Amino acid sequence: MAELAIELIGVNKHFGEVHANKDISFGIRKGSIHGIIGENGAGKSTLMSILYGYYQADSGAIKINGKEQRIRSSQDAIAKGIGMVHQHFMLVDPFTVLENIVLGAEEGISLESSLAAARRHLAELNRDYGLQVDPDAVVGELGVGSQQRVEILKALYRGADVLILDEPTAVLTPQEADDLFRILRLLKQQGKTVILITHKLREVLDITDTVTVMRAGEIVGQVNTAEVNKEDLADLMVGRKVNLQLDKTPAKPGKLVLEVNGLNLTDERGVALLKDINFSLRAGEIVGIAGVSGNGQSELLEVLSGMREASSGSVRFNGTELTTLKSRDPKAAAYRQLGIGHVPEDRSREGLVKDFSTFENAILGHHHDKSIRRGWLFNRKAIVERCRRFITEFDVRPALTHRRIGLFSGGNQQKVILAREIHANPELMLIGQPTRGVDIGAIEFIHKRLMQLRDEGKALLLVSVELDEIMALSDRIIVMNAGAISGELPAAEATATSLGLLMGGHK
Amino acid sequence: MDMFFSVLDATLRVSTPLVLAALAGLFSERSGIVDLALEGKMLAAAFASACVAYLAHSPWAGLGAGIAAGVLVALLHGGVSISYNGNQLISAVAINMMVSGVTPVLALAWFQQGGRTPTLDDSERFTALPMPFADAIEQSSALKLIFGHNILVYIAVAVIFVVSWVMYKSRFGLRLRAVGENPHAADAAGISVKSVRYIAQAISGALCGVAGTYLALAQTGAFIQDMTAGKGYLALAALIFGKWRPWAAVSGCLLFAFTDAIQIRLQGVELPLIGSIPDAFIQAIPYVLTVVLLAGLMGRAVAPKAIGIPFVKSR
Repeated sequence: MAELAIELIGVNKHFGEVHANKDISFGIRKGSIHGIIGENGAGKSTLMSILYGYYQADSGAIKINGKEQRIRSSQDAIAKGIGMVHQHFMLVDPFTVLENIVLGAEEGISLESSLAAARRHLAELNRDYGLQVDPDAVVGELGVGSQQRVEILKALYRGADVLILDEPTAVLTPQEADDLFRILRLLKQQGKTVILITHKLREVLDITDTVTVMRAGEIVGQVNTAEVNKEDLADLMVGRKVNLQLDKTPAKPGKLVLEVNGLNLTDERGVALLKDINFSLRAGEIVGIAGVSGNGQSELLEVLSGMREASSGSVRFNGTELTTLKSRDPKAAAYRQLGIGHVPEDRSREGLVKDFSTFENAILGHHHDKSIRRGWLFNRKAIVERCRRFITEFDVRPALTHRRIGLFSGGNQQKVILAREIHANPELMLIGQPTRGVDIGAIEFIHKRLMQLRDEGKALLLVSVELDEIMALSDRIIVMNAGAISGELPAAEATATSLGLLMGGHK
Repeated sequence: MDMFFSVLDATLRVSTPLVLAALAGLFSERSGIVDLALEGKMLAAAFASACVAYLAHSPWAGLGAGIAAGVLVALLHGGVSISYNGNQLISAVAINMMVSGVTPVLALAWFQQGGRTPTLDDSERFTALPMPFADAIEQSSALKLIFGHNILVYIAVAVIFVVSWVMYKSRFGLRLRAVGENPHAADAAGISVKSVRYIAQAISGALCGVAGTYLALAQTGAFIQDMTAGKGYLALAALIFGKWRPWAAVSGCLLFAFTDAIQIRLQGVELPLIGSIPDAFIQAIPYVLTVVLLAGLMGRAVAPKAIGIPFVKSR
């Protein structure tokens, strides 16, 4: 039995009624890459927060290198050789790389000697791990991939032997992710221990040596990565058989529904957000838009849904020019009446009013429907009735019409939005990040429902940062980079590599 | 020529409390706490310094009391903003109103002189330092500009250098700026956001203490109701004008003081064609200038990112 870098023994943590971690016990071998997977709310973040000193366990023990330790704060964790790369980077944007790295680890009153020492140490680390980060670059001006490397450097600079990475690839292109994995393998070779928290099964299989699977606060599986496949892990995570493979029949594209020509969008500061976008969409097909987030996909959805006005260009929906559409109502409402449904990217900001109940959210944007009104007033009974139908049809849990929507899980919130938009029977459905923060069980449901919509002859425009999702659902894939379309290809021909290159702007 | 030097001389005198207050605001705001309370801190300090200087017959005791009062008020603002996550604007406005109300009431109760403190003797004030080579200086207006001020003016000049070193070259400065930009990053790096912010508040209070003492003991020789007259707000404007950088904020203060000095000299002057301009308009010049500079000429000022947002640990 190899030496253990970290060993957890019977760790428990409660938050009020919620038992977030139940009797967690497992060990992580020194010099290995260990994956922790589980759905949202499975307790993996809580567990790592205990290990990093943000929380104290209610009971149980933590051994580091075989010695029992108490970790009372993140400073404590750092001192004991544990480093963390947060999902949302903990960097000060206007500072240089060097300043970010010494922050909190400086010695003496004056900075000068600390900075000089850090510069020397950084050069060594850069060389040893092939990180290639310029110490004098301003962090805010670096790309996400480099910022992440700064985070890794920060942890190494503080002498971390165990590195925890929380969903590290969420913001990376496939190429950047490969680069990260190369670094992680190098770290492993040098004897560091890496803990990778993720929900992406492919990554777990790619890079880890061992995996711990968590569900509802408990460990439900501990396996050697080499002995399992994707389906095994998914079943463990969800606790039942999951069908990851979509039964996709060939698309039968019908009439032209959406035609976008020379679309441009420039913001108040004169920054071009969309540059000469041209594409078309037919009934009965799903076109996926791939890209690293922040490359214009959000803006494109905003323009097509009427939330934002294009600077120039034309958008024709069933032959009607949308950009010059005259309407008494706000544009988004007018588009909706024409038959454009919209599932916004940011659920909690644009899709729902979190403090409203389920039934109120079930009619947002559709409150002019005659069937739910009684003269000037709402027909509350009809609204609740409609909501109840949504809940049944989309299997929303818990099935409560009067509960605040903010209290539902992400997957169930998304189902309510989807039900609401589908109910209006739109010809064109705009869908942004349909499964962001949604658990696997709900993903399966949502994907099936979207395929069904396509087969009913609707036109679907799908924006997602999850490449797997784009590839699984789409019939054609458009890739965006820096506000422009960098390529378009049939889904059958697309691979992660070919899409990744286009996402990075290589044609 | 004499006119020119006397304008510069007045600029120095007027700008001293502004500079101190602006640098006080720099610490507070760079740590992420909006500091509209500069006014209240200064006024409290002016009152405390005048009282103590009068009772103890010592300007230095007055200075000590002024600093203590400034720090006390700053910690009150800090308590609300840092420990209780209160609204920083409301805290500051409440403090300013409270100090403005309490000080004349106390002065009336203690000294019975209509809400002001007794006029101080020269021995109880900070007066112009004796000049070296007095003869040579009598001849030269330029030398008079350098020498012949009270000690607080020189302290203020020294403070500028110290502050800009602390802000950019010291460990505390790095942590302070980090806390004001991204407290979560600072927290993750093992820095106590609370203590950095409290220290920043204390420094802000101390500097306002010196500024308030200057108004009472150097400039006026007594405490008068609302004697700060908006200087705290002006200093804050200078700080924003200077984009939260020490030297730029100081130049902002000098600019305001300079227009103020000119303004005084323009009052009652007959201009060709227009004739005499009503004083009210001329007195408004520094304030109008503030608005114009802030509104248009300066370009976008980028505030410390975390300013005004109470820090709540993310986990």
